[in-house]
Amino acid sequence: MTKTVLKGAITSVAILAGAGMALAEGNLVINGDLELTTEAPAPSHIEGLTTVYSGWVFRDSFTQAMEMDDFDNPGMLFVDAGEDMWNEPAGTSGKACADCHGDASESMAGVRAVYPKWNEAAGEVRTLEMQINACRTENQGAEALKYGKGDIVSLEAYISMQSRGMPMNVAIDGPVADVWAQGKQMYYTRTGQLELSCASCHEENYGNLIRAETLSQGQTNGFPVYRIKDSVLTSAAGRFVGCVRDTKAETYKIDSSDFVALELYVASRGNGLSVEGVSVRN
Amino acid sequence: MKRIIPITVGVALVATLAVAAEVSPENVAFDEYGAVSESLTGVAGDAAAGLKAMETKSQGNCFACHQISAAADIPFHGSVGPSLDGVASRWDETQLRGIVAGVKNTFPDTVMPSFYKSSGFIRPGDGFTGKAGTEPLPTLLTAQQVEDIVAYLLTLTE
Ligand code: HEC
Ligand code: HEC
Ligand code: HEC
Repeated sequence: MTKTVLKGAITSVAILAGAGMALAEGNLVINGDLELTTEAPAPSHIEGLTTVYSGWVFRDSFTQAMEMDDFDNPGMLFVDAGEDMWNEPAGTSGKACADCHGDASESMAGVRAVYPKWNEAAGEVRTLEMQINACRTENQGAEALKYGKGDIVSLEAYISMQSRGMPMNVAIDGPVADVWAQGKQMYYTRTGQLELSCASCHEENYGNLIRAETLSQGQTNGFPVYRIKDSVLTSAAGRFVGCVRDTKAETYKIDSSDFVALELYVASRGNGLSVEGVSVRN
Repeated sequence: MKRIIPITVGVALVATLAVAAEVSPENVAFDEYGAVSESLTGVAGDAAAGLKAMETKSQGNCFACHQISAAADIPFHGSVGPSLDGVASRWDETQLRGIVAGVKNTFPDTVMPSFYKSSGFIRPGDGFTGKAGTEPLPTLLTAQQVEDIVAYLLTLTE
């Protein structure tokens, strides 16, 4: 046991020493001018980590480079689609998001960095996907969109871009404390026939190879994520479904309150890392 | 022990013992250190079949986490677990059987899965479908595959 933990730690240090070298020559700088924080001291509420790293750090240089230039980042096409939706009237109200929220670069600046967040009127924690659907159904009179990929994630991408470069800063106390604790409990629960928890891979083994893939810390600051593998822009909940399924477990429903709790907790593990707008992963 | 029984006798034994003597997952006798002294099937392990089961993703998938120099032709060895080079000089047959069948009896907190276990899971799934599964689940490895893998591991003496 101690042996493995030690070995994991050494491997991670070796990998991150490599990343550290990369930091000297090229950290995550977008379009040559916006520098993002991909490494930060772990927030004090996370016992199992001393430093937090963006998933970008663990990807190969080809994938890293795609995120460093908006012309090469396929996620930008979804941002454009999201902007169109933002300005397009929808539903029985005939209103567009922009009719109420105006210029997203002002009204949505900083929003992505604090989600999931408590909504006082609704008395619940909301992910950005939930809030978008709440505005669609309650304010636009439009139908709810399916979570995980597609239009809702394009809108999320457009909103997220308005916070690019801002540090993740989700609240974990006050009215969200119980939900956060539930998410933490889920994070350390070993599910499925493989009996693996999120922590088994993303806390104990980040920096290690699982087959051909280098494990990251499973942070959500990069979401929505464009995945080269399937050419799809995914939300955090969409990614969680796959990770739970891969433990040979019954997944939680993508729109379940369980995943809201997990998303809040996981987001809080990345407090201090930059919102990446839309990131690129393999 | 049983491995030195001549093949013909072994084959004869399969017919009579395969059903009768196969130890079911809940009856595997782990000692206090996690070792299992009795063969799960009474049939000698086949090292070549063992390597195949280790490599196959839907079975052992051992290379997701382990590296073995003698199997360098298999692509992509992971680094989550230790290298298995020389594993037979660190553990004897009974200990290796215990590790492959139910590793948590040896390393309680390990991330390595229990390969011969069929129930007692949290949110058991139906394979990789993401849907609910019903316990007892089919074990990740069959009893004979456990024996085959132990036979292969015993070849890793350095
Ligand atoms: C999810 C990763 C994972 C998988 C898959 C996995 N192992 Fe392991 N294995 C480990 C870890 C980690 C250890 C170290 C024990 C600990 O946690 O302290 C280990 C330890 C071992 C050991 C003891 C090694 C030593 O030298 O002490 C053996 C033998 C072993 N595994 C065999 C296998 C076999 C055979 C398979 C496939 C049937 C397999 N493992 C699949 C992660 C894994
Ligand atoms: C009829 C006006 C109206 C429309 C149309 C509307 N919203 Fe909203 N939206 C609101 C109000 C009012 C709030 C604040 C109340 C609340 O938090 O529930 C809000 C809050 C939000 C928030 C949370 C902001 C924060 O600081 O937490 C987001 C994100 C959002 N809307 C996105 C959208 C999107 C995307 C659309 C289009 C699909 C949209 N809204 C359409 C009225 C509207
Ligand atoms: C068997 C190991 C394993 C387990 C268990 C696991 N994941 Fe993952 N996860 C991966 C792999 C492999 C990737 C892709 C490479 C990477 O970023 O680590 C990944 C990626 C992710 C990402 C995307 C990170 C990024 O920057 O794009 C998130 C978020 C994530 N996982 C969250 C979770 C959560 C939450 C859990 C628990 C419900 C979990 N994972 C359980 C293996 C695992």
